[in-house]
Amino acid sequence: MEKVLDIQNLCATFSIQKKDYEVLHDISFSVNRNETVCVVGESGCGKSVTTLCVMQLLPGNGKIKSGSIYLNGTDLTKLSKKEVRKFRGKKMGMIFQEPMTALNPLLTIGYQLRENIMNHRGVNKSEANKLALEYLEKVGIANPDKRLKQYPFQLSGGLRQRILIAMVLSAQPDLLIADEPTTALDVTIQKQVLSLLNDLKKEMNAAILFITHDLGVVAEIADRVVVLYAGRKVEEGTTKQIFKNPLHPYTIGLMKAVPNVDLDEFVIQPIPGTFPNITEKIEGCRFNPRCPHANTCKKCFEEAPQMLEVEPGHYVACHLSK
Amino acid sequence: MKRENQIQIAFRKLVKNKLATCCFILILIELIFILFAPLFTEYDPTTMDTSIRLSPGFWNSAKCIPGHWLGTDELGRDLWSRILYGGRISLSAGIIFGTFFGMLAGYYKKLDNIIMRIMDILFTFPGILLALLIVAMLGVNVVNATIAISIWSIPSFARMIRGRVLQIKEEEYITAIRSLGASDGWILTKHVLKNALPTIIVIATMRMANSILSIATLSYLGLGVPQPTPEWGGMISSAKQYMYDAPYLIIIPGIAIILTVICFNILGDKLRDILDPSLKD
Repeated sequence: MEKVLDIQNLCATFSIQKKDYEVLHDISFSVNRNETVCVVGESGCGKSVTTLCVMQLLPGNGKIKSGSIYLNGTDLTKLSKKEVRKFRGKKMGMIFQEPMTALNPLLTIGYQLRENIMNHRGVNKSEANKLALEYLEKVGIANPDKRLKQYPFQLSGGLRQRILIAMVLSAQPDLLIADEPTTALDVTIQKQVLSLLNDLKKEMNAAILFITHDLGVVAEIADRVVVLYAGRKVEEGTTKQIFKNPLHPYTIGLMKAVPNVDLDEFVIQPIPGTFPNITEKIEGCRFNPRCPHANTCKKCFEEAPQMLEVEPGHYVACHLSK
Repeated sequence: MKRENQIQIAFRKLVKNKLATCCFILILIELIFILFAPLFTEYDPTTMDTSIRLSPGFWNSAKCIPGHWLGTDELGRDLWSRILYGGRISLSAGIIFGTFFGMLAGYYKKLDNIIMRIMDILFTFPGILLALLIVAMLGVNVVNATIAISIWSIPSFARMIRGRVLQIKEEEYITAIRSLGASDGWILTKHVLKNALPTIIVIATMRMANSILSIATLSYLGLGVPQPTPEWGGMISSAKQYMYDAPYLIIIPGIAIILTVICFNILGDKLRDILDPSLKD
């Protein structure tokens, strides 16, 4: 299978008051063509930072310390700003979490779509308009010619998210990054957007890197899952492996924290404790303060666990999973 | 497919607002009068005729000299034509420079410190003192007075635009546009500038009013537009000696200044509302 995105040993830091703190530590995973990889984890575990690293859009105080990000074989971390810009849009597109703010409020939908199409496809205005209509239809928008003349504030969140998807797709990227694209939408619209992404993936033969904290969404859309905790990858496997046989205590905890309506006792089991601050130093496994098994094993407090392949394609970083 | 462009939409909204329309029309009329001044008066604003000095206008029909319906000043120059020609004040170039510096400072973090510290230095001078200084260095004439007023308005303009740009820069749509591969220049001109435009217009119209007042102030102090070139502030200044004999020499240019300034202020205020597409008609 062709790897579209290949992240290898990525480390990223944020400097806070002139001190560098590691937010991503040794992250490696890849996304193949025609595949959706979900990155899951709590807020602050480094999901969004990973996408920003790929897009090379880290805020001013963040930087990639080491590692490489290959997109179609080119290492993005080694490119100049100008060269990276040529990759953005054309090779990789990003859908943002908040559709309400991701469109310029002062420009019509048509203007924004055309601008992007003209930039990436090198076509004139009337052709761009035709393409814009085509893509709006593709993402399932009724009355596209009416929508083109409207301003973002006149549209609902679901419609805006579809327009953003159309905008990203119209540049025909190989990699589509979706940073919690359904979080701000209600459940029915969420379902529609997810199946739209699924259809588009097949149709356009793209690779999707999908960020979410919603395991329901993961089950719906993912081919493979990467679980992050505190800037480290703790488990990776196919969706089936992760859901049927979660191995890392954190992944198990996440699964238990999903409410299950089928059970008579309607309880959610939260993971005890809180997420560590990035300024906090934890020896050994980063999860040990919250891990239910940590007190049985001395090693957890001494050394960081290594990634192990427990079954083909299923990796876990835990001392207890042997 | 017929598409209304933004200007047409803005104009349609403007027409609906009576007060703003009034101001807009007044400014337009004023502009026409000022630009085509020779069509509306037969007198040269600098020609003196001491035989008719200080003759009152239409309000004193007994003493009014036909043709000089607003009267004449202390040297017998026609007041109406002086008002018309005196309106030809140059628009403030400070708006353009202020916007330019403000955008750069707001968008590029590296330039921010340098530009804003220079602005701070300009801020330390009281405005009128700075203008006086510049005019004193460059010499008294119309162009230099305009330059002085422009430099005076750069720092406050730059600072306000910078604040707005800092705010816009953090908006998610700017990141979204960047993630689509747009260049800095494109983002600045097509997206940041456009979103800052309502702010710029409001400040610009207020500043415009301010600049008119500033030029008038400079002229009043004798450092703006030198005699005999007509200028509203200068006219008030030279008329102050005749205040008791011919108060209209002060009142009429005063009214001209007030009217223009008020119109610009109201228009600026309303334009901000009009340019926001999310505010319905």
